[in-house]
Amino acid sequence: MEFILSKFNYLMYIAMMMIGFYAMIAKHNLVKKVIGMNIFQAAIILFYISIGAKKGATIPILEGGEHHAISPESIQVAHYINPLPHVLMLTAIVVGVSVTGVALALIILIYRRYKTIEEDEILRRLS
Amino acid sequence: MKPLKLFALITVLVTGFLLMYGVNDMPNLGSNLSPASMHVSPYYIQHSEEDTNAPNFVSAVLADYRGFDTLFETTVIFCAGMVCMMLLRENKQ
Amino acid sequence: MIKRYDNLIIEFFCRIIAAPVFLFGVYIIFHGEASPGGGFQGGVILGAGYIMLAIAYGIDFTLKRLREKVILFLSCFGVFIYGGIGAACILWQGNFLDYGKLPLPLTHANAIRGIGIMGVEIGVGLTVMGVMVSIYYDLIVAGGVQPEIKGE
Repeated sequence: MEFILSKFNYLMYIAMMMIGFYAMIAKHNLVKKVIGMNIFQAAIILFYISIGAKKGATIPILEGGEHHAISPESIQVAHYINPLPHVLMLTAIVVGVSVTGVALALIILIYRRYKTIEEDEILRRLS
Repeated sequence: MKPLKLFALITVLVTGFLLMYGVNDMPNLGSNLSPASMHVSPYYIQHSEEDTNAPNFVSAVLADYRGFDTLFETTVIFCAGMVCMMLLRENKQ
Repeated sequence: MIKRYDNLIIEFFCRIIAAPVFLFGVYIIFHGEASPGGGFQGGVILGAGYIMLAIAYGIDFTLKRLREKVILFLSCFGVFIYGGIGAACILWQGNFLDYGKLPLPLTHANAIRGIGIMGVEIGVGLTVMGVMVSIYYDLIVAGGVQPEIKGE
């Protein structure tokens, strides 16, 4: 019970990853496979961002107006959450959008050539 | 159930169980002593305002401390737009 | 055959909401230093505002107003702004992307780095907006529907 309560965010995101993984393997429609890839990517991004959370901390933007007069030692590190996972995941989101765009363009080309987007019919026509 | 879907369900359950068993070593949710917040992150939080005059730590790290990565990130999304254009547009001549 | 007044309510509301959406996107890009936001986020909002107009009014209407060549030029220009600011720092004896050496007359010691961050985020926002709209045009127009454009 302690294990579930203290680490439940990792368990939830692993469950979401497995849903996306199942959709990528087991569905026959090509568009449903792309949707499964998107669910998997969203779960990974949320997993990384939940690593950087701190108890009782606020968003990573410096508070207060007179920010020219603050010395570096007077800023409490435990008051702000970790900004590094947010920075790295911006890059990951952009990569995910690019891969989804190219995958949808390839599905349009497959449809023009084979007139279907079910995977088992395409395999039957190839062999 | 068809054999492919049964095989996929068994694979997903085994992988999920192994991952959940491996979560035991990760730090608790919201702990201040996790290794991700120990090494270079306190430097970014404390010195970001005096180095770059920007109160937002995320924008300062993204565009000033790690600006080289963001340049090639922009190139990646530009290349994705070019690839979509090359695949789908036809010559109208 | 779809009649003209089948989606009158959608056209009316999208016309009213589109201008605040574009203003909000530009606000998020420019205030990326002091509040949550930045280049990527503002660029996505600008692109989504334009795609909302394209869904409500049809692809012919928006393709006449913002052609594919103009959108492609906009996304190239964004990458050029980013690389240009980085290369301009070399002319004044700094490293690549070292914003502290640009000769702007500002009082605080490191305020020039703040201006450099803002310029770089503008470039990123323009590129992301151009690529979002360009991918939407490619997926819709090249899927079989031929738009009627008079001339090129």
